[in-house]
Amino acid sequence: MKDILQQLEDRRTIARAGGGERRVAAQHSKGKLTARERVELLLDEGSFEEFDMFVAHRCTDFGMEETRIPGDGVVTGWGTINGRMVYVFSQDFTVLGGSVSETHAAKICKIMDMAVQNGAPVIGINDSGGARIQEGVGSLAAYGEVFQRNILASGVVPQISLIMGPCAGGAVYSPAMTDFIFMVKDSSYMFVTGPDVVKTVTNEVVTAEELGGASTHTRKSSVADGAYENDVEALAETRRLFDFLPLNNRDKAPVRPFFDDPARVEMSLDTLVPDNPNQPYDMKELILKVADEGDFLEIQKDFAANIIVGFIRIEGQTVGIVANQPMVLAGCLDIDSSRKAARFVRFCDAFEIPILTLVDVPGFLPGTSQEYGGVIKHGAKLLFAYGEATVPKVTVITRKAYGGAYDVMSSKHLRGDFNYAWPTAEIAVMGAKGATEILYRSELGDAEKIAARTKEYETRFATPFVAAERGFIDEVIMPHSTRRRVARAFASLRTKKLSNPWKKHDNIPL
Amino acid sequence: MFKKILIANRGEIACRVIKTARKMGIKTVAVYSDADRNALHVQMADEAVHIGPPPAAQSYIVIDKIMDAIRQTGAEAVHPGYGFLSENRAFAAALEKEGVVFIGPPSPAIEAMGDKITSKKIAQEAKVSTVPGYMGLIADADEAVKISGEIGYPVMIKASAGGGGKGMRIAWNDQEAREGFQSSKNEAASSFGDDRIFIEKFVTQPRHIEIQVLADKHGNCVYLHERECSIQRRNQKVIEEAPSPFLDEETRRAMGEQACALAKAVGYTSAGTVEFIVDGARNFYFLEMNTRLQVEHPVTELITGVDLVEQMIRVANGEKLPFAQKDLKINGWAMESRLYAEDPYRNFLPSIGRLTRYRPPMEGPTERGGVVRNDTGVYEGGEISMYYDPMIAKLCTWGATRAEAIEEMRLALDTFEVEGIGHNLPFVGAVMDHPRFVSGNITTAFIAEEYPEGFQGAVLHGHDIRRIAAAAAAMNRVAEIRRTRISGTMDNHQRRVGDDWVVSLQGESHPVRIEADRDGSTVHFPDGSHHRVTSDWTPGQPLARLMVDGTPLVMKVGKIPSGFRLRLRGADLKCHVRSPRQHELSLLMPEKLPPDTSKFLLCPMPGLVVKISVAEGDEVQEGQALATVEAMKMENILKAERKGVVKKISAAAGASLKVDDVIMEFE
Repeated sequence: MKDILQQLEDRRTIARAGGGERRVAAQHSKGKLTARERVELLLDEGSFEEFDMFVAHRCTDFGMEETRIPGDGVVTGWGTINGRMVYVFSQDFTVLGGSVSETHAAKICKIMDMAVQNGAPVIGINDSGGARIQEGVGSLAAYGEVFQRNILASGVVPQISLIMGPCAGGAVYSPAMTDFIFMVKDSSYMFVTGPDVVKTVTNEVVTAEELGGASTHTRKSSVADGAYENDVEALAETRRLFDFLPLNNRDKAPVRPFFDDPARVEMSLDTLVPDNPNQPYDMKELILKVADEGDFLEIQKDFAANIIVGFIRIEGQTVGIVANQPMVLAGCLDIDSSRKAARFVRFCDAFEIPILTLVDVPGFLPGTSQEYGGVIKHGAKLLFAYGEATVPKVTVITRKAYGGAYDVMSSKHLRGDFNYAWPTAEIAVMGAKGATEILYRSELGDAEKIAARTKEYETRFATPFVAAERGFIDEVIMPHSTRRRVARAFASLRTKKLSNPWKKHDNIPL
Repeated sequence: MFKKILIANRGEIACRVIKTARKMGIKTVAVYSDADRNALHVQMADEAVHIGPPPAAQSYIVIDKIMDAIRQTGAEAVHPGYGFLSENRAFAAALEKEGVVFIGPPSPAIEAMGDKITSKKIAQEAKVSTVPGYMGLIADADEAVKISGEIGYPVMIKASAGGGGKGMRIAWNDQEAREGFQSSKNEAASSFGDDRIFIEKFVTQPRHIEIQVLADKHGNCVYLHERECSIQRRNQKVIEEAPSPFLDEETRRAMGEQACALAKAVGYTSAGTVEFIVDGARNFYFLEMNTRLQVEHPVTELITGVDLVEQMIRVANGEKLPFAQKDLKINGWAMESRLYAEDPYRNFLPSIGRLTRYRPPMEGPTERGGVVRNDTGVYEGGEISMYYDPMIAKLCTWGATRAEAIEEMRLALDTFEVEGIGHNLPFVGAVMDHPRFVSGNITTAFIAEEYPEGFQGAVLHGHDIRRIAAAAAAMNRVAEIRRTRISGTMDNHQRRVGDDWVVSLQGESHPVRIEADRDGSTVHFPDGSHHRVTSDWTPGQPLARLMVDGTPLVMKVGKIPSGFRLRLRGADLKCHVRSPRQHELSLLMPEKLPPDTSKFLLCPMPGLVVKISVAEGDEVQEGQALATVEAMKMENILKAERKGVVKKISAAAGASLKVDDVIMEFE
C-alpha cells in the first residue's frame, strides 16, 4: 500500500519538474518565473487544485513519442484569490516551449467549461512558442476550440490574460478576445507575424520588442490594458484587479469593508476648475477624491489619455470610471478615446458594474485624419455603449459639455440615472466664441459688438442652468460635496431594474 | 489705538499680521493682485482691495496703488510685512505726507541702514564690532591688492550695492585679489548699475547670528536675543533657530548691547534685526541691519513670549514698550523650517502648481509638552503661482531644550502633508536628522558641505529601519485581512492571512513573524528582537500615526504593488511586504536600470520654452546653451552636459512643458 501511495508522489514530482532543471534555470535567467511559480503567486497560498497533471500528448510523428512530459506544457486548475474562486491556466515554456497541442488545449478547454458552468473568472497565463508544429492541423483545431470557448465565456465570466513570454501567431487571438490583457515589460511580446516573416514579406526590419512588446501594445496598438515591470508585480496587480471584478454576470460587483466616510467633504474641489476656461486641470484629482481611500486602478493609462477609464470603489463597491481628461487634447473625444471608453463601458455593463462618468468635453476632434479614420462610427460605439447600458449610471459635468459629445457622455437622454453638474458647467452646442461667430456673422467686423454678444451668450448658455431648467440636469451640486452626492446616488440605485428589448444581439457599429 | 490697518503684502506674512490685528481688535485691509484673488490673506482680512496684475512690479510694489487702497478704505496705518515696500523709504515718505502711520522704523533709519558702506560707518561710530576692512572706495586693482595685504588674507571683495552673492569674490592671495576686484566690479556694474567695491576680512567657519531689537518712540530699546540662521542654501535661509547653540551668555549680551547701540545711533523705532557674522572663536562682526520684521521672527516670539507684530503696532501708535531688558528671558528653544515650493531632488528648482493636498500639523501644545506653530498663506486646492516668493509656510516648533525642539520638528514635518507640487519637506526632514546639525556644529556652509552633490533623499539606519519594517508589517496585515473580507468568498474556504512576512526596504530584507492580538501586533525579527506596534491606521489613510515600542512613528503612506511608499525623516522609501515565497521568487526578478535619458534634454521643471538655441544637426559642446525655459519668472538656461549632435528638437519656443518632457534628442 505504502508503495502505491509513494508512486503517486513520485509521479507528481516528475510532473512538477516540468521541462527539467536546465530549462527551469533558463526560464529564470530570462527573468521569468515558471508556470507553477506564477500560479503560486497568483492564487492564495495553498489554494491551488490542479487538474490533468498527468495528461500527455498522443503524437507519434517526428519522434514526438520520445518527449512525453506529464502535463503537456500547461498547468491548469482552480484556486482562490482572497477567498474567491478562479480558474487558471498557465503555459509552461519549459515543456516543449509551451507549444499548444490537442491535449494542451483540451486541458484549457476543460477549465474554461467549468468556469462558465460554475460562474468563476478565468485567468490565462500565456508563455508559449505557438502551435505544436508536429501535430499539424490538430494543433490549429485545438486553438479553435479555445477560441470558441473564449467567445462563449465572454460576458458570462470575466477573462483576464497575462502575457508573460511569447504569444505569437494564431495564439494571440485567445487573449485578444478576453476582457483584459496585461503584459510584462521586456519579457513578453504579442504579434500575428513575427519579425522574420515581416522582413521576408514587407522588407521591414523591426525587433520583436518594437513589433509587439509591452510598450507597443500599451501605447500604440491598445491591444494590452497595462504593463508591469516583472512577473511578481504583474501577478500581484492581477490580484488587485480581480478584487474589483464580480465572479460572473449573475453576480453583483463585489463589496469589501471600507474605511472612508461616504460623506467626506473635499473643499479643494471648489477650486479644481480654473477661472480661465482654456486652462486644463487634472481630472484624476477628482477621481481620487471621489474614490474610497483614493484607490484607483486605471485601465489603458498609456493610450488615448484624453479619456480616463478604470475602477474605483464607493462604499466598498466597485464602480467603473469614465472621465474626460482636460490635460490631454483638451479632453476631446476622438477615434481612440471613443473605442477605449466604449469597450470599458460594455465590460461594466456586462458585469453589473455601476458607471460614474465625469464630463469635461469640448467636442469631437476635427480633421481629415479623424474623418478618414471613421470617427463617425468609432464615436458611435461610445454613444451606443452608454445607451444600451442598463447598470446604474451617474454623471457629473464639471465644465464643458459641448455638442454631440454632451449627448455621448452618459447624458440624461441615454438613460442616465443621476445627471449632476457643477456650477462651473457649460452645457451648450459649442463654446461662446464659436457660437457668436455663427449667430452674428454679420457683426464679425465689429469686435466690440462681437465681444458683447459673446458675453451675452456666456451668461445665458455657459452655465448648467439652461439644461437644469429642462430637467436634463437633475441637480447642480457643489464640487466639495461630489463624493457624498455620488455615493448617495449609487446607494439609491442598488435596486435598479432595467432591461432592453429582447434581441438576439445588438448590432453595435464595430 | 488704530481702528483699521492695511497690510501692504501677501502670503503668510499678511496672514500673520492679520492674526495679531484681529487679536487686538483692529480691522484689517488686504491688497491683492489678479493672481491672489482667492488667496488666504484676502479671505482672512475684513476688506480687500484689488491692486492690479500678478507681477509685483505692477501691483504690490506700486506705491500709488497702495496709497489708493489706503484712501479708499480709510486705513490709519500700514504694516508692510517683509520684502515688497517694507524697506522702501519713498513709501514711508509717501505715507508720512498722507498722514498715515507706517508700522516700521522712521525713513531716515531705513535710508541709513540701506547702504552697506554707510551702515558700516555708522556701526563703527556706534562702537559696533565690524569686519576689519577698508571702508572707502577703491580706485583700482593695485589699491585692492595693497588693501587686501593690510587686512590680511583671506579677504572678501564685495559690491557695495550687492546682495544675494552677486559681485562677491574671496581672495586668498594677491593675484586672486587683483582678479577678484576686476570681476566683482564688472558684475556689480552690470547687475546693480553701481560698481563701488569694498574689501573686508573673510571670516572662516562663519555662522549667521542675528539680534532682534525693538525700540519705542520714547528712547527705550531692548534686544530679544538672537536667532541663528546658518542653515542657508545660496544665501537663502532654510532653517533658523533661537537661541543659537553657539553663543555663551557673555557674547549674547555683548551682541545685544551693540545691536541696541546701533539702533539708538540711527534713531530706530519698531522691530529690527542686526545681523552678525560669527567666527569659530565667537568673534562677531556686524553685517547689516534689516529695518523690518524678519521672516524668521516666530522663533524669537516662541522663546520670549513677545508678539513682535503687536509691539510694532503699539510702538507705531506711540506706546511705550511694556518690558525692560531684564524682563526678557530665553525660555526653551525654537526651530523654524521654511517650506519652499521647490524640488529638492532637482537641485531645488522652483515648482509651481496646484496644492492637491495641504494638511499642516495641528498647531498648539503637543502631547509631549512642546508647541507647534505654522505660519502659512496657502490652503488645500490653492495655486502656487510663478509670480512670487516660493515660500509657502514656516513651520516652527518649541521645546524645553534644543533636542526637544528638534524632535518636535521631526514629528511635525512627518505629519505635514503637501502634494501636488515639489517641496523641500524631505530636505528639511533630512537636516533635522543629520548628526552634524543635531550637534549644533553648523556654519553657513553646512548645506554646501554636507550635500555637495545635491539632495537624493535621506538614508535611514539600523534602529529606525527596524521600527519602520515592524510598522509596515503590521500595516500590511491590516490591509491583507481587509482583502479577505470581500463579498463572494467560498464559504468555509476563506483565505487565512499568514503570520510570516518579509519586509524589504533600502535594499535589505527583514523576515518577520507577526503575533497579533486585540490591541496591536508584536513583530519578531530573526535575531530574537521584537517591536510592539499599535495603531488605528486603516488602509487608504495617507498618514499613519503609529506607536512603536511606546514612541511615536509618523509616516506618509502611499500604495505600490505589494507594499507601501513610505515617507518620513527626509527618506522616500519603497517598502515591499511579501510572503516568504513571494519574496523568494521576487529575488529572481531582474534588476531594471532606469532608462538612459542621457540622449535627451528633458525639461527639468514645468515651464514655458522661451528659446531653443540650437537647430537639428548642430554639433554642441559641453556647457553650450541649448534652450531657455521660464518658470516662476526665472529664465533657466539649459546647457549641454556633454558634446553631441542634435538629432531632433521636440519642443518649440512658446511651448508649455511638464517635468521630464523631451525638449530635444541627441545622436
